[in-house]
Amino acid sequence: MSSEVDGNALGGDLAEIFAVDLTGAAVTCGGCKTVSAVAALLVWGPAPGLVARCPECEDVVLRLVRAPGQAWLDLRGAVSVRIPLPAPE
Amino acid sequence: MSIISPGFGGRRRSSRPDLPPGQYLTHDFPVLSAGPTPRVPLDRWSFTVTDELGQKTSWNWEEFNALPQEEFTVDIHCVTKWSKLGTTWKGVALDTIFENLESSADYTMVHSYGGYTTNVPVEDLLDGKAWIVHTFDGEPLHPEHGGPARLLVPHLYFWKSAKWVNGLQMIPQDEPGFWEEAGYHMYGDPWREQRYQGD
Repeated sequence: MSSEVDGNALGGDLAEIFAVDLTGAAVTCGGCKTVSAVAALLVWGPAPGLVARCPECEDVVLRLVRAPGQAWLDLRGAVSVRIPLPAPE
Repeated sequence: MSIISPGFGGRRRSSRPDLPPGQYLTHDFPVLSAGPTPRVPLDRWSFTVTDELGQKTSWNWEEFNALPQEEFTVDIHCVTKWSKLGTTWKGVALDTIFENLESSADYTMVHSYGGYTTNVPVEDLLDGKAWIVHTFDGEPLHPEHGGPARLLVPHLYFWKSAKWVNGLQMIPQDEPGFWEEAGYHMYGDPWREQRYQGD
């Protein structure tokens, strides 16, 4: 089974999302479902990578590994990330 | 202008033959963690090998310390580019752990208190290449450095030497662990500079 479009279709939305400051976004922990501001996550790192954990249950919510010329972002520990965006005019 | 730059395709060579490419020497012992440091009371500590059929073999702290112990000196190399030479450890060789174990699995997933995991091929744990260590530099291993016990696989980058180790799962096919899922190399040979996927 294949999808109708490939990952290029995500490009526009992702560019918009990652152009905003995510620290004010609200992330829902995949473990205990607690909603926290990204800024309130508990972070270990920066090396070998950044590990952000839920302030309630300490489950891993986000992993970010930076390498020369690339980065890996692993968000499987998050149910969702709610990102505040400017309201349409 | 030269078409091929002098360093193209080459590994950076260290002036010291005992330093892998891209590494620098440190005399400190930096602490890198992916989460809070687990404090594991020795009367609750255990180490469990789970074979591919799900059968478990466990050692408590007393049983683990009754196994033949080895003291040895090795160099360690962290993927964050520091290397520490001539470190002295004491612990149990994985050869001893595997002695009475029947398994045809070629890979292991290493598990730790706190949830950390890392994958290591079985052959990299055998023939005197890996240990479960509990003593560093003549002192009990500090919790910050993985005490009561950590895995030590000095010929691979140090993220493979899982702190707070509590078990090995025998797996037929290689699977990524905690850092390998997030971009780090599946094998991690410092002499081939296998830091990230694709290196």
